[in-house]
Amino acid sequence: MPAYPLPRLSLRFIPVWRRNLRVWRKIMVPSILGNFGEPVLYLLAFGYGFGRLVGDLGELPYMVFLASGIVCSSAMYTASFEGMYSAYTRMSEQKTWDGMLGAPLNLDDIVLGEIVWAATKALFSGGAILLVAAVLGLVSDLRALLALPVILLAGFCFGACAMIVTAVSRSYDFFLYYFTLAVTPMLLLSGVFFPLEQLPGAVVALAWILPLVHVVEIVRPLLTGAWPNQVVLHLSVMLVYGLVGLAVATRLLRKRLMC
Amino acid sequence: MDPLNPPSIPAPVAQARGLVKRYDGRTVVDHIDLTVQPGECFGLLGPNGAGKTTTLRMLLGLTPPDGGTLSVLGEPIPERAREARRRLGIVPQFDTLDPDFTVRENLHTYADYFGLKGQVRRERVEELLRFASLESRREAPITALSGGMKRRLTLARALINRPELVVLDEPTTGLDPQARHHIWQCLRGLLRGGTTLILTTHYMEEAERLCDRLAIIDQGRVVAQGSPQALIRAHIEPHVLELNGPAAMAWLEAQAEDLSARLWRMGDLALIYTLQAAPLTAALEQASIRYLHRPANLEDVFMKLTGHELRD
Repeated sequence: MPAYPLPRLSLRFIPVWRRNLRVWRKIMVPSILGNFGEPVLYLLAFGYGFGRLVGDLGELPYMVFLASGIVCSSAMYTASFEGMYSAYTRMSEQKTWDGMLGAPLNLDDIVLGEIVWAATKALFSGGAILLVAAVLGLVSDLRALLALPVILLAGFCFGACAMIVTAVSRSYDFFLYYFTLAVTPMLLLSGVFFPLEQLPGAVVALAWILPLVHVVEIVRPLLTGAWPNQVVLHLSVMLVYGLVGLAVATRLLRKRLMC
Repeated sequence: MDPLNPPSIPAPVAQARGLVKRYDGRTVVDHIDLTVQPGECFGLLGPNGAGKTTTLRMLLGLTPPDGGTLSVLGEPIPERAREARRRLGIVPQFDTLDPDFTVRENLHTYADYFGLKGQVRRERVEELLRFASLESRREAPITALSGGMKRRLTLARALINRPELVVLDEPTTGLDPQARHHIWQCLRGLLRGGTTLILTTHYMEEAERLCDRLAIIDQGRVVAQGSPQALIRAHIEPHVLELNGPAAMAWLEAQAEDLSARLWRMGDLALIYTLQAAPLTAALEQASIRYLHRPANLEDVFMKLTGHELRD
């Protein structure tokens, strides 16, 4: 449909989002346990095990440093998984999207609904870790609540990028490339586990092109009782990745499905 | 009132003019013209790969045409496909029921896609559970349903918005006779209620039972169009004699040019199409050859127009 090169945004994405929420609610108990269980394991194993060796990073105890990093990385992982494995399953295995296209929903609504849903799940898991961190006394003050909308935006950004991968995938195997070439490097190079300054300059420059570091740069101060710097820049990077991802994924999926 | 445009001629429910679709340079729909009138059941018949499903997908705005114009329920397609889909229902060839939900939840969620809410939605879901005879399976997962039940649920789902037009792609393929009759009964009920139907099928008896008018499509073109009876009258002699077996074949060979009827043979099966069956049946009786005498049907028309060779 060359007449509309950009996604046609409409509130019709909400029923798509609500459909996924309804499915999630059916398996809510194991989902929520998963949201809490895994981060607690990470925090305890890395924080206590590794933190003993590391001690404090500047003024931050390692546990506090790590907790704020894992909030961000889990948002990335959750949104990426949802935008790839789960969305792909609904698109090609379960034919859920085909069913939706029989109703007055356009593909553009479906793609937007899926990405917003991926963002919502990122918020669930990031929020769960935030809660755990607060209970363990790793969060400074109520500024931490401001991290929640940032996590939602981060989820939108990573969900949109994942949707591009879904659009070009012919099988589940393809997702491994994206995890190996994009998600894992971002996890290791964005200051989640250790300060970015430890890395060579060229690597740091590369990391700043990728979105995760910008999420960490906002969320970590908010959780540790400080105000982040360059907020507009960081939010803009996430927003640009998210919107460009949405536009590209929509184009590719139209080409793939509406032919 | 405009005297030049009397209201007695209703606007067509769907209209295609010069519809074209190409894939990789291959023309799969080749200048098709169709007009579907309100309240009728219109059939698209054709062998596999004739372009039926592609034509339907274009009608629904799911595939952009490469040429021609298209309107459905007064809306230009694909530009205003969403508006058209708000008022129509779709029964796809392969079930797209949501496996994450139960029977009731499937209808409930589909109602949400159409913007139905609250009490209206609850009532419509209950109504359709009764319509599909699935009240006792309301909380069953989709995987626990038989093929016939899934089809009924898919049909019920397509009716969630009380559509003016229902588009069905091979609605009874793969069903047992009981299930097929049930679906046919449901469809006749819809027709009585004034709903327009467009369906594709390659079951001739389905087309003959249900369709007021049909178009036979082959290699992307409409090769014939009309009511089943008119097509049979126009294209085929009224009587058909079916012969098979070596004795019958030997008898046929012996007749040679004396047989004043159209003959079609494949292996040791022969079909004789004739205006007058009596002289032939008398000769066959005399020679003690077993035969089947039946009236010409839509399948004969279909085979004559689309050829007898296998299609894939």
